[in-house]
This record gives sequence, structure tokens and C-alpha cells, in this order.
Amino acid sequence: MNELLERILPAVQKPARYVGGEYNQIVKDKQDVELRVAFCFPDTYEIGMSNVGMRILYAIMNNMDGVWCERVFTPWGDMEQEMRRHNLPLYGLESHDPMEDFDLIAFSVGYEMSYTNILTMLDLGNIPLHAKDRTGLKHIVFAGGACTYNPEPLADFVDFFSLGEGEESTVEILECYRDAKRNKLSKEEFLLAVSKIPGVYVPSFYEHRYNPDGTLSEIVPLHGAPKTVTKRIVQDLDKAFYPTKMIVPSTEIVHDRMNLEVMRGCIRGCRFCQAGYTYRPVRPRLPDTLFCQAKESLEDSGNHEITLSSLSTSDYKYLAEATDKLLDYCEEKKINMSVPSLRADNFSRELMLKLQKVRKSGLTFAPEAGTQRLRDAINKNVTEEEILSTCEIAFSGGWNNVKLYFMLGLPTETDEDVLGIAELVYKILKVWREHAVNKKRGIRIHVATAFFVPKPFTAFQWEKQITPEEYTRRQKLLKSAMLSKSVEYNWHDSKLSELEAVLARGDRRLGAVLEAAWKNGARLDGWIEYFDYELWMKAFRDTGVDPSFYTTRGFGKDEVLPWDTIDCGVSKRFLWLEKERSDRSETTPDCRTRCAGCGANHLLERGVCDA
Amino acid sequence: MPRMLFQKTGDAVWISHLDLMRVLQRAFRRAGILLKHSQGFTPHPCLSIAMPLSVGVSSEYELADFELEEGDETPIAQIAARLDQVMPQGIHVVRTYPNGQKLKELKWLKARLTLIYDHGVPERAEDELRDLFARPSLTVEKHSKKGPVEVDIQPMHRDTTIFREDAHTLILETVASAQDPTLNPLLLITAIETYLPQYKADFTKCHRIRVYNRAMEPFT
Repeated sequence: MNELLERILPAVQKPARYVGGEYNQIVKDKQDVELRVAFCFPDTYEIGMSNVGMRILYAIMNNMDGVWCERVFTPWGDMEQEMRRHNLPLYGLESHDPMEDFDLIAFSVGYEMSYTNILTMLDLGNIPLHAKDRTGLKHIVFAGGACTYNPEPLADFVDFFSLGEGEESTVEILECYRDAKRNKLSKEEFLLAVSKIPGVYVPSFYEHRYNPDGTLSEIVPLHGAPKTVTKRIVQDLDKAFYPTKMIVPSTEIVHDRMNLEVMRGCIRGCRFCQAGYTYRPVRPRLPDTLFCQAKESLEDSGNHEITLSSLSTSDYKYLAEATDKLLDYCEEKKINMSVPSLRADNFSRELMLKLQKVRKSGLTFAPEAGTQRLRDAINKNVTEEEILSTCEIAFSGGWNNVKLYFMLGLPTETDEDVLGIAELVYKILKVWREHAVNKKRGIRIHVATAFFVPKPFTAFQWEKQITPEEYTRRQKLLKSAMLSKSVEYNWHDSKLSELEAVLARGDRRLGAVLEAAWKNGARLDGWIEYFDYELWMKAFRDTGVDPSFYTTRGFGKDEVLPWDTIDCGVSKRFLWLEKERSDRSETTPDCRTRCAGCGANHLLERGVCDA
Repeated sequence: MPRMLFQKTGDAVWISHLDLMRVLQRAFRRAGILLKHSQGFTPHPCLSIAMPLSVGVSSEYELADFELEEGDETPIAQIAARLDQVMPQGIHVVRTYPNGQKLKELKWLKARLTLIYDHGVPERAEDELRDLFARPSLTVEKHSKKGPVEVDIQPMHRDTTIFREDAHTLILETVASAQDPTLNPLLLITAIETYLPQYKADFTKCHRIRVYNRAMEPFT
């Protein structure tokens, strides 16, 4: 195996990502190991190793006696080809043992377009693709992660799902499996046992029935399975396990720095944002906890960069206190600190100047929509005034680089909203002309538009998506209105976003499409180097599934939704209310200002959020 | 300037030069030793590796120079042990010492090339390869930044020996010119593939053994 690998690696790009051996990787003596988990991330090493959840769960599983969890990532195309040519099966990075040697196969899924990578990995690991073809207790496949709140497109391939935060449930699942192994239970007996763990969803325990028009008529629980499965959360983030001895990759990864999670959840309630709803309720970490974790993990990893991450870090309750403390430490040790996802509305001059002491980074806003009317409709409560005044502060402080992110195709969007983006950009240019300290250096405004993708568990989960053609028309309209040389405009591939929408709101019939597309050769679909729309269109034709059913059709208010079995804490009633408010372009205040009654607080034992 | 001698073997051979720089920088921080940083907008730690290895090549004799932050009084000789404890698999720090020889005095490097023949070493391979490297000149195509160029490798290597290790393995040891001019020992393999394609190995490994000065004394 290792000799074969040695021969293959000179022929592939970035071979260091395929050998493991990094500082802090966990290697156990197989004699002491009773349960081996292949922890798969269905994307490349560089993406997977940047994932905080993956790192937390890797440590949690390996902290269990008798359990050895190893990492497996999707090989890049050249490596897949070489592996197939030489019959080298996919293997765990720590032991280099083939996936077949493992008991449990766990996937952390963060993105719809990585679904085919799951099939690639199972296939390269010689694990049968279909759950029904894996009959024994060995090679049970389970999945979790931000993208599994609608698990149905993966129902054919995954035996069970672990919903929500996995710090506690993963341990329970592994214990349950260990018992099953000791007692030589059948797969069916194990699935029944594991389904009793809160947060575990076994798709084969539910029958999906359809109406003649193709919509779902009902979802029938079998084997005494609960009508809904509620996601798990960690009650107290300060008590939750957070690894400070983390693997330090020997090759560059996407987020090549220490990642400190300051809070979970987001107080904002942007109506298009899945994470904003599914990560609720809001739970901050205390600054003291953060400081200890930061210091320990910086010292242990040797990183010279740290980032305070969360969905909206400037809304972190204790940001001032935490950054004060950390900045002193970082300055002394020559460590760069960055605070991403700062919002325009409370981006204070103070924090900007503080961060500048170590290193000046770019200025990024995500107004998402070009007019106040549409921003209100999506509940992106950023005003033009706030953006412009923040730019004013930044430009007079020497910044000359602004990034702006927008979405096209949002519900209720008109051409006026599209052109509003260009108007906002020109207003920013005007502010720069009036306030720039050094005009000779010029200004760069980067504008990027993504294509709106309606996602489950958002206020827009019922919405129609516009066609890729219409998106392209709007994108060209915007392009024609932004001709300044200081503006650089990039837009996303509408075809990719169309497919993302199909998979995001897909039902079980998508399983056949996924498999057909994969067999047609679809690989690494999230990467423009690989994404091939035609392979997917052929898969839709061959399986008789109409993609527009999931995109331009929209879902009815009373329609049974494929993800109705899953409860992520936020009530469907609340989401519909938010949709109606959106139709009226009405905003909802953030959770700190006033509780909107989304329902996620019921996930907390004390019943009240710490927004 | 302080220097470290380290080895890069096993799976660490796949770490590229740029990645290795990051690995070493982080190892210093993990060991609690702060490197001196360059001045300027983006300060860089003062650390440089002599003669970076190609990806896939192992070495038991790598040298890197570093400078400690002012005020750091850590005895240089103690740094090796501290660094060695915090390295990824395959990187082993042998020793650290206060003053390395001047890099421009480095002249030769000894390398071992392992040629593996899956169907056994061809019968006359040893002799014919010896004859090949005894020729007065051997012109080989080399990829440079400006595209392919032809070079005569014969003046750039010495003490080249070939022997059969086992039925499937030939060992070619050579002392190649490390600088002015530089010869990548792997060009000897290119020479075999160019002039004696019938003796092309199925798989080749390259290993750096040692470096020397002009007088062939070990360079430290």
C-alpha cells in the first residue's frame, strides 16, 4: 500500500495532502482499538482541514478509549485517476489502511455540491453505495453537518443522520455502535437502537408517498419512529469541549490559521440565510474561555494568525472585551488577528483601528441587495447610510479596497433593485473621492453577485427561483450600469446555483439523479475546474426527474415538504410569518433588540436565549 | 548565523519547499522560540533553507539558517531538541549550532538514486550504465525557467558508482555539483532515459546524503 502510494504521488498535484503525518495527528495502537471510524469530509483536504466542526469531532471521537478516528478526504481528479489505475483503495490518512478496515463511515457534509464526492469516496473505498446493499453491521454510513437538515437527497446512500451539533450525540452514537458490535446485533437492530438517540434520523424508517402531481402527500414513520427528529445542540458553549491540540497541516489549507469560535447562532435573521436559522439559538462563549482557548491553541499549533469566527462576529456580545485581551497577547507574540463578517452597522472605528495595529485587511460588506426596499424584504438590516459612513471612516483611515457582496434573483427583486446595486457602488466611489487620504493610489471596488438559492429552513424555503436565463439578464443589466474602471464585477455561475437549489430542496427522487450524474462522470461539482452542467442535465433526463420542479415551481404553503420530518428548532409557522413580512418588505428586529419568537429557545434547558 | 541540520524522510518528502518553510516557522513557535522578523509591511521570519529539495526527494542532510528575536537568549545548541519534539512525522532535527560555514563555500552534494525494475534489473544494465557515465560528454535536456535547454552533465558530477542491490534494484551514487553550476542528480536518470531507454527503471527514488565544500570536506 505505502509503496504503491509512493509510486503514485510523484504524478499528482500537491501530494502532501494525501499522506497525513502532520503534527498532532492521532495514531493509536490497533491492539487497543475496538472501533475504527473513517471520518470523511466530501471535499479536498484543504477545505476539510479548514472545517472547525471536523476538528472538534475528530478530537471528541479520539478522546474515547478504544475508538480510533481517522480522516479521509476527496482526492483531486488526478489522484482519483491514479488510484483507480493502480487499484489503490481510498484510505485513512493516519494509518493508510483502506476504508474497508473501518467499522463506521462518518461524513460531515457542508455543501450540496459535494454530494457526488460522497459517492466517489464510498466507491473508491470499496464500500457499496446504497444503504440497502450494505447488509451487515460493518460499514454503516452516517452523516451530519450544516447541509444535512434536508437529508432526503442522500437517503439512498446514508444509513442514518446525526442532526445538529455533534459534540455530545457523536459520543452516544459511537457508544451505541460499540454495544451493538459487542452484542453482535444485526444492522436493523442497531438502526433501531441508534434511532432512539435524540437527533438521530434513520431515513429507512420513513416512507415518502407522493401525489399524482409529484408533490409529497405524506411521510409515514415506520418501526415506531418519531414523527419529527429534533436537532441536537450544546447547552453551554463554555463547558463544551473545544480542542486546543489540533492537527497542524504540513501543506497550505484554505483557512490556514487558528480558528476561534466565539459564538454559535446569529441574532440577525436574514431571511435567505439557512445558517442564520439552523444554528439558532444564539450562544456566546465567555471572553475568558476564549482567551484560554486562544492562548493554548496558538502555543500548541505555532500558528501566527488567529481569526474570531462565527456567523456574525461583530454581534458577539463580548467582542470589545475579548479583542482587547487578545490583541495585547497577539501584539507581543507578533500574531495577526482578524475579525471576519464585520457588519457595516456596528463596525466601529475603534475596532478597525485596533486591528490595523497588527495588519490592515480589506473592507468587506455584504449588503446583499441594492435598495433599502429589498434589503428590508430580506431582513438584511444594513442601511445605505451605515455603509457609506463606514466607508468614510475607512477611506479617511487609508483603506482603498472595498469588497461588496450581493445576491441577484431574490424574491420580489425588480430591475430597479438590480440597478440600485450600481447606484450604491457609485455613491461609495463618491465618498472615496471626498474622503480619500491618498487619491493617487486609486480605489478598487470588487462587486460580486451570487444567484439566490432558496434553502430549507429559511423564510424563503417556499420561494420560486428565477431561471438561469433571467439571472443572466439581470447580471448583464448590472454589468452595463457599472462601467467605472475602479469597479471589478464578478458573478457566480447560474447553472451551478440552479443545481444547488435542486439539491437543497430535493426529495428522495434526487438519489437516482445523483447516482446517474456521478456515473456520467460528475466529480467535485463545487469546483469550476470540474463542474459540468451537461452531465447533470443528462442525469435528469435519464431518470425522468424535472429540475424545475425544485426551482422555478416553488413550494405551496400547505405542501408537505421533504424536510418536514426534521425540526431544527425554528418553527415552520415562524418561517411563514417571516415570508409574509418579506412580501410586505417589513423588517424583523434582531434577537437582541426583541425576541421574534422563532421557537429555537425551546432547545435550551432554561428556555431563554442569551442573545 | 545560527544553522540547523535536519533530515526529511518518509512521508515528509511530499512537503514542498514553501510548505516546509511554514512547517519550520510554526515549529519554532511551538517550541516557544521567537524568530527575528524582517521589517516592513508584511514582516517575515528570518529563516532560509539552503538548496531546497524537489518534492519527493528525501534527505538526511538539510541545512537551514535562522535568526532569533533580539533578547532571546536560548542557547543555540539546545534548540535542536526542542524543535525535534514538535515536528511532523519525517522531519528530524539533528543539531543546531551558532555559526554555519558560508553558503557560497558549499560545492558538492552526494546523492543516492534507487532504480527499481519491477521485472528484475536487465542483465547488462549495470555495465552499460557505467559506460554511459564514463562518456566524455552527455547532453541532456533540462527544463529551466526559460524552457528546455541542453546541458552537458559530465563535468558536473564525480565519483559516480553503480551497483546492484538486489534482483530488482540498482543503486546509483553520485557527487553532483551543488552550485556554479547546479546539477539536479535526477538529470542522471534523464540521461539514462535519453540514451539507454531500454534500461529505464519503473520507479526511481532520490535521496540526498551529504553536502561538501570545494575540497570535498563535509560542509556544516
